[in-house]
Amino acid sequence: MKNKTSSLPQEGEARPSRCPDNSAFKQQKLPAWKPQLTIAAVLSSFFLTGVFCLSVGVCLIISANSVREIQIDYSDKCSDCSKLRENSSNWNKECHCSVNFMLKEDMLGDVFMYYGLQNFYQNHRRYVISRSDAQLLGRNVNIQKSYCAPFTTYRNGTPMAPCGAIANSMFNDTIDLFYNLNSSVIQVPLLKTGNSWWTDKNVKFRNPKSYNLSSAFAGTARPPYWQKPVYLLDEEDERNNGYVNDDFIIWMRVSAFATFRNLYRRVRRIRQFADGLPAGNYTFHISYNFPVTKFKGRKHVILSTVVWSGGSNPFLGIAYVVSGTAATLTGFVITVIHLKLRKKKTFFQK
Amino acid sequence: MADPIRWARYRWQRLISTEGREGSSSNSSNKCYQSSKTTGKHRIVIPCLGHFKEEYEKVSKLYMNNQIRTTKYTLLNFLPRNLFEQFHRVANLYFLFLVVLNWVPLVEAFQKEITMLPLVVVLTIIAVKDGLEDYSKYKMDKQINNLLTKVYSRKEKKYIDECWKNVNVGDFIRLSRNEIIPADMVLLYSSDLDGICYIETAGLDGETNLKQRQVVRGYSEQVSEIDPEKFSSRIECESPNNDLSRFQGFVEHSNKDRVGLSKENLLLRGCTVRNTEAVVGIVVYAGHETKAMLNNSGPHYKRSKLERKVNTDILWCVLLLILMCLTGAIGHGIWLSRYSEIPFFNIPEPDGKSIPPTLAGFNMFWTMIILLQVLIPVSLYVSIEIVKLGQIYLIQNDIDFYHEKTDSTIQCRALNIAEDLGQIQYIFSDKTGTLTENKMVFRRCSIAGQEYCHEENAKRLESYQEMDSEDEDSADHQCGSLTHRSKWRGHDCRAVNKPLNRRSLNQLSGSYPALVREDGEGDVPHSGHVAFSSPIETDVVPDTQLLEKFSQISSRSYQQSEEAGRKLSLETTYITDFFLALAICNTVVVSVPNQPRQKMRQSSLGRMPIKSLEEIRQMFQRLSVRRLSSSPLPSVKESSSESPNSFVSKLSIFRMKLASPALDGAAQRAAECHSTDSPEDSQVPQELDTVNVAAGCEHNSAVSSIELSPLPKLCYEAESPDEAALVHAARAYKCILQSRTPDQVTVDFAGLGSLTFQLLHILPFDSVRKRMSVVVRHPISNKVLVYTKGADSVMMDLLRTASEVGTNNSEMEQKKIKERTQKHLDDYARRGLRTLCIAKKVMSDAEYAEWLNHHFLAETSIDNREALLLESAVRLETELTLLGATGIEDRLQEGVPDTIQALRKAGIKIWMLTGDKRETAVNIAYACKLLEPDDRIFTLKSQSRDACALVMSKILEGIQKNTSASKKTSRKLGSVSPSPSTRAPGFSAGLVIDGRTLEHVLHDSLQNIFLELTEKCRAVVCCQATPLQKSIVVRLVRNKLKAMTLAVGDGANDVSMIQVADTGVGISGQEGMQAVMASDFAISQFRHLKKLLLVHGHWCYTRLTNMVLYFFYKNVAYLPSPFWITLLDAFYQSLVCFFVPYFTYCGSDIDIFSFGNPINTAALFIILFHLLIECKSVTWIHTVVIVGSILLYFVFTLAFGATCKTHNPPSNPYWIMEKHMTDPVFYLVCLLTTCVALLPRYLLRVLQGTLFLSPVLRAKHLDRLTPKEQREAIKRWEDDCIVNCRVEFQATSGSSSSATGAVSEEESIASVLPTSKAPLQACSRHGLVEDTSFLPDIQDESGTTNGLNSEKNIFLNSAKETNSDTFGSNNSCAKVSMCASEEGSGAVSLAHKAGLNSVLCEEDALMHFTKSECCLKPKSSNC
Repeated sequence: MKNKTSSLPQEGEARPSRCPDNSAFKQQKLPAWKPQLTIAAVLSSFFLTGVFCLSVGVCLIISANSVREIQIDYSDKCSDCSKLRENSSNWNKECHCSVNFMLKEDMLGDVFMYYGLQNFYQNHRRYVISRSDAQLLGRNVNIQKSYCAPFTTYRNGTPMAPCGAIANSMFNDTIDLFYNLNSSVIQVPLLKTGNSWWTDKNVKFRNPKSYNLSSAFAGTARPPYWQKPVYLLDEEDERNNGYVNDDFIIWMRVSAFATFRNLYRRVRRIRQFADGLPAGNYTFHISYNFPVTKFKGRKHVILSTVVWSGGSNPFLGIAYVVSGTAATLTGFVITVIHLKLRKKKTFFQK
Repeated sequence: MADPIRWARYRWQRLISTEGREGSSSNSSNKCYQSSKTTGKHRIVIPCLGHFKEEYEKVSKLYMNNQIRTTKYTLLNFLPRNLFEQFHRVANLYFLFLVVLNWVPLVEAFQKEITMLPLVVVLTIIAVKDGLEDYSKYKMDKQINNLLTKVYSRKEKKYIDECWKNVNVGDFIRLSRNEIIPADMVLLYSSDLDGICYIETAGLDGETNLKQRQVVRGYSEQVSEIDPEKFSSRIECESPNNDLSRFQGFVEHSNKDRVGLSKENLLLRGCTVRNTEAVVGIVVYAGHETKAMLNNSGPHYKRSKLERKVNTDILWCVLLLILMCLTGAIGHGIWLSRYSEIPFFNIPEPDGKSIPPTLAGFNMFWTMIILLQVLIPVSLYVSIEIVKLGQIYLIQNDIDFYHEKTDSTIQCRALNIAEDLGQIQYIFSDKTGTLTENKMVFRRCSIAGQEYCHEENAKRLESYQEMDSEDEDSADHQCGSLTHRSKWRGHDCRAVNKPLNRRSLNQLSGSYPALVREDGEGDVPHSGHVAFSSPIETDVVPDTQLLEKFSQISSRSYQQSEEAGRKLSLETTYITDFFLALAICNTVVVSVPNQPRQKMRQSSLGRMPIKSLEEIRQMFQRLSVRRLSSSPLPSVKESSSESPNSFVSKLSIFRMKLASPALDGAAQRAAECHSTDSPEDSQVPQELDTVNVAAGCEHNSAVSSIELSPLPKLCYEAESPDEAALVHAARAYKCILQSRTPDQVTVDFAGLGSLTFQLLHILPFDSVRKRMSVVVRHPISNKVLVYTKGADSVMMDLLRTASEVGTNNSEMEQKKIKERTQKHLDDYARRGLRTLCIAKKVMSDAEYAEWLNHHFLAETSIDNREALLLESAVRLETELTLLGATGIEDRLQEGVPDTIQALRKAGIKIWMLTGDKRETAVNIAYACKLLEPDDRIFTLKSQSRDACALVMSKILEGIQKNTSASKKTSRKLGSVSPSPSTRAPGFSAGLVIDGRTLEHVLHDSLQNIFLELTEKCRAVVCCQATPLQKSIVVRLVRNKLKAMTLAVGDGANDVSMIQVADTGVGISGQEGMQAVMASDFAISQFRHLKKLLLVHGHWCYTRLTNMVLYFFYKNVAYLPSPFWITLLDAFYQSLVCFFVPYFTYCGSDIDIFSFGNPINTAALFIILFHLLIECKSVTWIHTVVIVGSILLYFVFTLAFGATCKTHNPPSNPYWIMEKHMTDPVFYLVCLLTTCVALLPRYLLRVLQGTLFLSPVLRAKHLDRLTPKEQREAIKRWEDDCIVNCRVEFQATSGSSSSATGAVSEEESIASVLPTSKAPLQACSRHGLVEDTSFLPDIQDESGTTNGLNSEKNIFLNSAKETNSDTFGSNNSCAKVSMCASEEGSGAVSLAHKAGLNSVLCEEDALMHFTKSECCLKPKSSNC
């Protein structure tokens, strides 16, 4: 049947019939389910969808409403500090300030402290890739080959640890929370570990192996914007130092948006904070290091509780309610159409 | 396993061995072709033997040997060459460009290696496909190259076995019976005494009849086999070319004598030697230079319309891409320029400085191009190709295209225009063999102005028709329907004549089964070998009246009644001559059936002329004396009076015939040989055998009352079915063609016994002359006779004109005969019969001698030979005497009217282009429902261009008046009473145009008006069109109307038309394979077109369009005519897909890769469910693929997320999926996104499925009903159509769009028709237009059905406009539905299949989904 290179008649044995197989596939007669998209057939699907969406939406809105959250913009609260940070030559000058606020209601349950950045385009294409996962795994790799450039080595050839723009621009404010009970000031106990994903902390980030951390990072230098080398990120806790530092790990998980928050601390539920944060006056003590005016950004500190559906963002609930309503309404409209048409009987299906 | 290795080794060896020999065995035949061309216009072939050795080396070195290589690649050049070819595609170049772009660090978007993957995969797939194809070709080549043949070896002085590949030009090859010819060679010796070799060319052109080839003149008379050592001549012939029907050259002997060579001397590679014990030939063309190989162009590639459309869409996509990238780039620049300092996130250059915003924007542009490259689907082209292959596979496996009788199914020769089948707007059909069976049945004849209508024969044919309908499935006429046949035979015999005695009837029916069995045994392996010989064609029942006259001749010849009535004798002369002409004037080969392919030897009587002179004289005297006394023929009388002279002259002529200079001696020698070794002896017993067996089969012999001589059953193998029909007709009158050799024809004539005619010349049929002639010497009258048969249009002009008015009695008579015959001819044509005129001419010896001289000159010239031969033929064929005419019926193929109606209702215009005369064509057109009895037929028959223009504009005016009138009424009626039950017959016109007028019409100035006219006509019939005109017409419509055209034909004369049309369909009928070779699709029956176009065409088209759209959609969804709608929908879905997760996670601490995950997942679900919505039906394949891709997605992402820590830097999806799987918000987001994204399309489809039902959807509904409900539904649908139609007309009545049809009430016809007649009559006054108002006598369906049909037709036109099928397949949708609606339950299965739409493309689309996942992931995260 195919075009033969030479047309030789086949001699000898009787040729089998060229009749094609009468199989379902070859004859395109496979049994098939043929969905019929007519109003009568799909009416129920609209109503079912509508009801489902509405109920989910209501649940989501209720749960989102139960979230307590307070967000404080402190980028201009310490005006002199922000001025100081505008000039990068003052990078090693310390600057502290405090921000007071009042909790009107108790924040019950687990309270999370976030820092928030606005207009920081962490999702910039070249920023996102500017890291070396292999280096962060503690492997001795040639970071020149990675995407870290230009934050790979100094002029003299000393490699940066960690390399790349993400690490270099790490958020380095320190924020402490104080509870002003009557006249006494109680420091709210905050947990600085356990904030990152377990897999990140234990699998994805590893320190180079050596007898101690400083020797492990010997021969490397801190990134240019950093005030201290990586092995001094947390001097108190050996397991929270170096690459496995929680703050570092969390920063390295680059955000999807230009406005984002990152988990900074959790309130440790002991003593009077066993149920969460009681209402009252609080003060943030902030060591102001991270410059935001350079990129016209803002800094926030956020205290929030969480529920199963995430944070305080009510969008999903509203969206569910809206689409549920839309589906139900459409259902009603096409029901009307269907009833009208049925009277006319223009169609031959019964 | 071992094969590939061997292949590799072989390739390597080849490579090394060919290093030295420049290109002589290189694959490209073109190259070699040229290299041999450089040696000159002619090629010289010298035998590869001793004394010629040096010269041989010199000349033949440049010729190719017989090794063939059809593979494209060698092992070494495969990679570069394949890549080179693949990068000829713009799309591939584009993707290459992207890959390269990604290597530029500044704009690098992804990991370099990863970007290469898609392209590499695509290239690999195609390369593997090409490689496999090539490998199978290689295996085939090897098999062929290693076939064995006998080649003469100089060393061993005998023929030894050699592989085909070792055969060289100049080798002597000896072939035995049934061997295949390894190379083109000139025939030098044949064991056949007449120097004939029979070959079967089925392998080459599919023609199953045997062809005769002759030994080169001068060698034919040799006694013993040619001795290659003694061959000292050289052959000069044309350079290799692909013209199968031409071969020119000469043999130059050592004494410088030249003998002309023609195609009759050439044995072509690939043919099989039959009936001949042994032949020897010298190879002139070998390997790739053989005509067979040069003709083998392989499957060809056409670009389909859809593909062209896709290309423009892709261009739009590129534009869109550039637009998007520009937006991105400019935005990027602006955004960057807002910052006075470098922000952290903007990574500076290594030198610490940041690049300026404009440059950054520029870089961003290229980056964006890489990022958004998926907008132009990388796999689209590959997928299209694979899907097309699948479609072709399914088409080829459709059991409905299987034709049992010929054991053939559809062949798709063009692989990539399957979907064009669904787009056809115009069909150009040949008539003979395409619409008709090309089984010629002798129906009527007219001799000397007296008609014999053969009513008995007509009855017989009717009984055949019944039989056909009763017993449709009978595989073979020969054995399937014996009982029926014997029934009708009995009936016939009784009806025909009394003389038939009981005994012979018994004998007849008694012997028949035995014969059949034997026939069956012999024929089954070679089923279909004997062309044009089904009983329907062979068995002719003679006309009683004519038979009576006939028997008078014979009996009176015995009674020696010389003084019979003058008039009667003249008539008997005519009758005798007429049947002699039927029997002689052809090229039929006679053979005996139960020894297939065994040539029927002539009896000893046939040897008459080539005995010694003495014997000749004796024999002649005996004969002439006997005839003298007995024959009433005037010519014989004449000859008897001048008998002594004529003998002398006969001898001299005999000499002259053989007196071609070089052959004189040889002829004498041959004559002597023949007389000595008397070869007949061996043949005689054999003949007796056959006689016994065949006694019954030759049942017509029983009809003759004179003698019951046992006659052998003879098989006639004719080149054309007409010839066979005429010979069989002659046989029915006991004028039996007994044998044919190049020199003589033996006819067993009624009671006169065998007459052997010396065959002086045959002027074969050609389409320019439209006639053929034989020149014979009458054995009785000894005159040179020319019998000519041909088309009446040319024959009538060649007749002897009565110049001296009324002086001669016979002239007057002749004139009368001419008039009467013309009348009969017209009548035949009106009945749809093919007409042929038979004429004769008596030449004096001197005239003949003179002509012969001229002809000989023409024959031997190499250049310009054809023109000279033509001229010579024309010189001979003048001053003819008309004998009579024949009417042969060409029966319609099964299912042709149905098919034409179905196609017509699908909105396809059908034109019939035929070479037949007008009346025949028109009647066939009526018979096959191309024209309806209600149609107005306009006939264009003009002598000049201006007249033509005038007529056409008149007709146009007339049509316009009609349509506007009927439109008006319809509008009025439509608004008044839209009652669905009323009938609405439409006004329709048909146009008939003949070849001569066509020439005028095709002139530039008239083309437009002609096309305008044809657009208003529902059918166009072009008759007497030449092949060239056919192709011009097709090209005209194709180019001017921008329409998709399909040409269908079966013969060589349709080839040009088939090649010009967008889609060429060849019918593998009885006329050989030339049309099939040129076609894109080859089918065995015209009726197969219906399913091919309406079902497969529709499927292929919608599936492919859907797939292409889906491709665009799929890629945009991540990023719209139907294209833009699709893009819009995709755009909407992409917005939903992005913004629902965006707002959900906005302000949260989600990281960029986790954010991408729900988007990705939701997109997967959206795309899959979108697919489900678009699916017309869901089979297990769909289920497996959809569920499979979801599972695969999750399994893959989970596995990848769990294992990949650094594998895919910098985007690292580590543990993201796992994390999300435990998060309820993830599921909620995916769910909501999917719902919201699909809601609009879902709603749209639901509304469409309820409110605006497309015909396809309706057909789908039909499928669910019981047959009874279906009928009702179809009826309601039809009623519905009328309403729709009316509404439509009201809506569009203002526009002057082509009025394809008009609805009018029954009452209004009366008012419409008279007006339509007026302009016509006005025209016919000028004699320019003939109002062909005759109605065919072919029975037609009742008027009601016609009316109904036209309604449907109208509906279709309106449906075309209203149908809002998004995928633009309105045309084809309508087709399927109409097909389904009109045929009720029969076609519902088609609709059922239509429901199974898009299995393939969907499957394919899904396969590509997972692939696109990978490329898209990074992108989504960069939003």
